[in-house]
Amino acid sequence: MQNLSAKNLVQLCQQGMAVMLMLSLAVSSWADLDTIIIDQGVDDPIRIAVVPFALSEDLDSADNLDKLIRFDLARSGQFDPVAPENMLSYPSTQDAVFFRDWRILQTAYLVIGQAQTNALGQIDVSYQLFDVATQSQLQSVSFVISRDQWRDVGHKIADLVYTEVTGVRGAFSTKILYVLAQDIGTLNASYKLQVADVDGERARTLFNSSQPILSAGWSPDGRRVAYVSFDTGRPSIILQDIDGPSRERLTNFRGINGSPVFSPDGRQLAMVLSRSGDPEVFVMNLETRKLRRITRHPAIDTEPSWSPDGKYLVFTSDRGGKPQIYQLELATNFLERLTFVGDYNARARLLPDGRHLVFVHRRNGVFHIAWQDLLEDRLLVLTESSLDESPSLAPNGAMLIYATQDQNKGILAVVSVDGRVKYRLPSSAGDVREPAWSPFLPDVVIPRDR
Amino acid sequence: MQVKETLKHLWVAVLGTLVIAGCSSTATEPVVEQQPATEAVEVIEVAEVVEESGPGFAGDDKTPVDASGNPVSRTFYFDFDQAIVSPADFAALSTHAEILRANPNRSIVIAGHCDQRGTREYNLALGESRAKAISAILLANGVGSRQIEEISYGEEELANPANNARAWAQNRRAVVSYR
Repeated sequence: MQNLSAKNLVQLCQQGMAVMLMLSLAVSSWADLDTIIIDQGVDDPIRIAVVPFALSEDLDSADNLDKLIRFDLARSGQFDPVAPENMLSYPSTQDAVFFRDWRILQTAYLVIGQAQTNALGQIDVSYQLFDVATQSQLQSVSFVISRDQWRDVGHKIADLVYTEVTGVRGAFSTKILYVLAQDIGTLNASYKLQVADVDGERARTLFNSSQPILSAGWSPDGRRVAYVSFDTGRPSIILQDIDGPSRERLTNFRGINGSPVFSPDGRQLAMVLSRSGDPEVFVMNLETRKLRRITRHPAIDTEPSWSPDGKYLVFTSDRGGKPQIYQLELATNFLERLTFVGDYNARARLLPDGRHLVFVHRRNGVFHIAWQDLLEDRLLVLTESSLDESPSLAPNGAMLIYATQDQNKGILAVVSVDGRVKYRLPSSAGDVREPAWSPFLPDVVIPRDR
Repeated sequence: MQVKETLKHLWVAVLGTLVIAGCSSTATEPVVEQQPATEAVEVIEVAEVVEESGPGFAGDDKTPVDASGNPVSRTFYFDFDQAIVSPADFAALSTHAEILRANPNRSIVIAGHCDQRGTREYNLALGESRAKAISAILLANGVGSRQIEEISYGEEELANPANNARAWAQNRRAVVSYR
C-alpha cells in the first residue's frame, strides 16, 4: 500500500511537473524554486477526485485550477488524488454527478467546479465538495477574482477542502521566506532574500546584497520581516515591510546582531547582541525601541524563540559545555533545561500547542531535525538527510520547512511533524537556505458560501 | 584622527537612537568588498618606518612579516565547537603583537569562522568566540584594544564549501587582516 501510494504520488508529481514548468515559464520569474519532489506520504492517503473545472472559452485550460488543487493536496501527503485520465465522467455541476462513478474509483471525496469571465472582466469561480459515501454536499463556495489571483483561488480552495476533510486548517495559501545564494566565492556573489508562495512559485526579491543574509522571520501579521544582513560589512538587524518600501536598520551594535524573532503579539522582537562582551538574548520593544536584557551568562546564549503565549523564551546555550535548549519564564526568570539527549541541540521552535519542540539535533555526528514532546520527554528524529538546519513551522503546526544539502547544494525540504510526509523544494537558481514559513495571511480572495 | 572622531560620533548616534532610517536601494550604496570591514577607516596615516631588525610589513604595507622578512601566518584553525587557540599558533600571534605594538596607529580585523555543521546563529556566536580567543592573546601581549575589531561570519564565508573533514577543518578558522 505504501509503495502503491508512493508510486501514485510520483506519477502525479511527474504530471504536475510538466504543468508547473509551463506555469512557471508563463507567469513566474527565473528565480522560482523548482518543482516539488514528493519523497514520502502517509500509508493510507485519502482518495479524492478533483475534476477539471468547466472554464469559459477565454480562460486557458492549460493551467486549470484542478491541477493546482490536486498538487496542493498531494503535497500534504495526506491525499491521493485521482488522475483525470482515470475518471469515468467529468461533471462540473451537481446534476451531472453520479456517485456510482466515484465509488467505483474508491473515491472518498469529490470536488467539482466552474470558472467564467463575467461582464466586468472579473472571473467567477465556484466549487462544490461532496462526501461520496453519504452522497452529501459538504461545501459550496464561490469567489470573484481578478486574473492575477488565479493561483490564490486555487490554493484557497485547497485550504478549504483540506480543512473540511482533515479538521486541520489548510496552509496552502501561506508563503515562505528564504535566502537564495548565488555565485558565492566569486566577485559576483549575491544573496537575495526571497518571498514566494509555499509551493515555491511567484518568487520575488525583498532584499539583494553582495554580503550574507540570514535568520529571516515574519511578524505575526505577515506584513513585516526581520533579518540579519552583513551589507555594511558587519551584521545588523533589518526590519522591512513585505509589500511597502520601508526598510529600517534596527540594530547596528559592535559584535553580533542576530536571531531576530517577533513575539506572538508582534510588539517585541527577541534578538541576540554581543555588545556586552558575549552573546546574550535581548528583547526590544518595537514601539519604544528600548532593549531589555534577558540572559546573563558568560557562555553563548543565542537563537531565542517565543512560546505561543509569549510568556517564555526558549534559546540555545552552551552554559553546560555543549549547546542545549533552555526555557526561561520571562515573568520570573525561572530557567529550565529542555534537552538532554545528545551533545548538540540548537535553534528550537515551539509548536502552536506549546507542548512540542522542533530543533536541530546531532546524532552519530550527523545533523537532523528532531521533535520532542516536553511532557512525555519523547524525542523523534524527523529527517534522514545531513546538515539539516533552520526548521520553521507551518502556522497549522502540521509540517515544517528546513534547509538541507543535496549533492553539495543547499535546498529546502518539508517534513510533517510526525515524520511521515516528506517533500523537497530544490532550486536550480542557486543555493537556497534559511526558510521561514509565514503565519496565516489575510485572504487575498474572499470565499462566499452559496 | 578626524576619521576616528567621526566614527565615534557615529557610534554614539547609533547607540542613542538605535535606528538608521530607511536605507536606500543597494544599488546606490558603495560596493562592499568581500574582505570584511574595510570601510571603517578610510584614511590612515602612512605606517611608521619599521626598524630593519624587527618584524613589520612587506612592501604592500598589508602583509605582516617577521624579522627575517617571511610572512607571518594570519589564519588560525580550531577544533569542532571549540574556540581554544592551539599553542602552535602562539609564536605567530606573538609576532603580530610585536608588529601592532610597534605600529600603534595600525589596526586589525579578526574574522571568526565556522564549518557548515551546526546552526547558523550558534555558529555566529562560536565564530565570535574564536575571534575573541585570538584577540585575548594579542591583548595579553600588549596590543591596544582600539587596534582590534572582531567580526564573526559564522558559517557564511566558507574557505572551502566541500562537505568533508578536510574542508570543515579549513573552515574552522580566525583570520587576521591589517587595515
